[in-house]
Amino acid sequence: MAEAKPKPKDVLDQLNYQPPRADWMDTPVEIRKGMYCYASNPKSVATLGLPNARPWNPTDEDWKLPENWQQIIHEGFKERLERFRSFKVFMDICVRCGACADKCHYFIGTGDPKNMPVLRAELLRSVYRNDFSRMGKILGKLNGARPMSVNVLKEWWYYLFQCSECRRCSLFCPYGIDTAEITIMGRELLNLLGLNIDWIATPVSNCYMNGNHLGIQPHAFKDMLDFFVDDIEEKTGVRVKPKYMKKGADILFITPSGDVFADPGTYTAMGYMMLFHYLEEKYGLDITWSTYASEGGNFGFFTSHETMKRLNSKMYAEAKRLKVKWILGGECGHMWRVINQYMDTMNGPADFLDVPVNPITGTRFEQARSNKMVHITEFTADLIRNGKLDLTPSRNDYMKVTYHDSCNPARGMGLFEEPRYVIQNVCNHFYEMPPNTIREQTFCCGSGSGLNAGENMELRLAGGLPRGNAVKHVQDSYGVNMLATICAIDRAVLPTLVDYWAPGVQVTGVHEMVANALNLSGQNERSTNLRGEEIEDLKAQSEGNADE
Amino acid sequence: MAEGLVNLITKQRPTVISKWFDSAIHAYAADTAAFIQSQKDPFANPVGSQTRNSVEGLFDQLVGGMDAGAIHACLDPVMRIRAVQNLTPAQATAFIFALKKILRDMFDKQLKDAEGMRSFLEVESRIDRLGLAAFDVYMACREKIYELKANETRNRTFKAFERAGLIKKDPGKVPDA
Repeated sequence: MAEAKPKPKDVLDQLNYQPPRADWMDTPVEIRKGMYCYASNPKSVATLGLPNARPWNPTDEDWKLPENWQQIIHEGFKERLERFRSFKVFMDICVRCGACADKCHYFIGTGDPKNMPVLRAELLRSVYRNDFSRMGKILGKLNGARPMSVNVLKEWWYYLFQCSECRRCSLFCPYGIDTAEITIMGRELLNLLGLNIDWIATPVSNCYMNGNHLGIQPHAFKDMLDFFVDDIEEKTGVRVKPKYMKKGADILFITPSGDVFADPGTYTAMGYMMLFHYLEEKYGLDITWSTYASEGGNFGFFTSHETMKRLNSKMYAEAKRLKVKWILGGECGHMWRVINQYMDTMNGPADFLDVPVNPITGTRFEQARSNKMVHITEFTADLIRNGKLDLTPSRNDYMKVTYHDSCNPARGMGLFEEPRYVIQNVCNHFYEMPPNTIREQTFCCGSGSGLNAGENMELRLAGGLPRGNAVKHVQDSYGVNMLATICAIDRAVLPTLVDYWAPGVQVTGVHEMVANALNLSGQNERSTNLRGEEIEDLKAQSEGNADE
Repeated sequence: MAEGLVNLITKQRPTVISKWFDSAIHAYAADTAAFIQSQKDPFANPVGSQTRNSVEGLFDQLVGGMDAGAIHACLDPVMRIRAVQNLTPAQATAFIFALKKILRDMFDKQLKDAEGMRSFLEVESRIDRLGLAAFDVYMACREKIYELKANETRNRTFKAFERAGLIKKDPGKVPDA
């Protein structure tokens, strides 16, 4: 909500249908509460050795920039144009056809034209034309060029942190421009001036120092998993025994730390533990957790290429140290984009690891032959397809499930079928959302790329409108009461989002559903789900809702 | 008393709704309004689709029963959207009152005698009721946003305390997640 009270005349203007019309360059940026995240903590910036660590506030006039900040931006821009051919092409090639304009969830939700991907990219292109193109230098504004200024910089910051790098817009660009890459470059440039947000900077610093975004130290990480061991025993009667840093284990398992510390992701973490226990008991699977490589997510990706590389390297360093054969990755979002798009040329190829083979089914995961990392839904789908799991899907009968394709596994690695195959084998009621809101056209949760803070709630809710609208549709049409997803950020933010747009729908990870259906040797009657809720009560409740 | 005017308005339903929808989406910047108006797919354009549904539903209530529950249901989707957008409360609700001007322009002949004027006043009172209901829904949505913010913060703090072993386990007193 805007701070300024409207004047009577403003309202009358509306009544007379006279909205202000101005060119986007002449519309000054207004940094609105609820739309932006707090500035980075200087301690976190300093820990990472990134420039210009100091306290600052986005709503202050003075952002405490270095004296030569314009030169830093210009040189940083130039360096990246030379290093990244794609960036140069993306700066030159756009014809402003508008195909991307209405595809962004932030534009659809906020209605702010500067959230059209083409305009968000123009924020950078206008400076590019001014600084690096002859026509721009000669024709200036006529050619869409403008010089860098403090106001332009503030506009960059405000709108580059209103892009979740989800890449939906890139699907529709006839030239294949990936606007997310433009945001990535823009954020790198902002980081040269110390202009990060704290929801990114501090998790990155934590991960760099302690191995995970939340800064949880090894003993606390283990404590949490031990707590899950007790919880699983209470619910199922079976005591699982996770292994930590086991040298020579076949597989290293890495998942986002959100699964270990944030509900409802914690139930997904319990799901992994039950699955691994089942496979170890029945087939001798040898899998280990690590309290060092205790983060699959990589907020470095939202900071700079170099920071992403530093955080990614620990996963492979740990795999090397433990001498495992390959890495199994949990239900995470952007971790998979980092692995599939960047890992090979960043810290790879991981030649010291084997091409992943499922030791139980013999399936060779060719898609991971270079990065040596398999997604857990690929692994579980393979187990189910080969009849290796003992499942009672009816335990999930109280759920009417729909599936949210998390942007990065969907658009970043083409993972569409495996999660659906797993879901449809562990529950009996599955309903798809409309085709233009799923698979490669999936709508972002509105909180990706480090924007899952609390202070930017209006941005998150507005950006999540297209997703929430589609969930509401399947709730109204089929009585859907459960939204499944394979991303830790989704699991953290979608409960709030659906509480606003489609109240009554809950959120689950896919492996929570797997574990609810999975039969363990020596288990009790399994009358509750992993959340400790009585299944019969939930069924009655669900049938009651359907009768209404 | 206003029946004659209401009948006239009802006969012009498509035109009134079209003009009302146009004025509602002019709360947005010109480029955005053009998109909201042209894209018909409800999942590609939830703002346009929900705004249109709301306007249609509200029109039917205006010329029909003015049922409080139905009015609330019509207003909820559009106000829920406007409550998270860059609109002041006045901007978010202005489109309801804009209907007065639309009707005055369309049916100005009715305004020429005292009876027509009285009919207009009655219809405009109904519009005022719609506007007041819109304020209620808008504020309920804003309160929901504050609640969601508070819940997220509380849950994070609660979890941190719980992990640190500072929470006494008593299911009866544990706050809802």
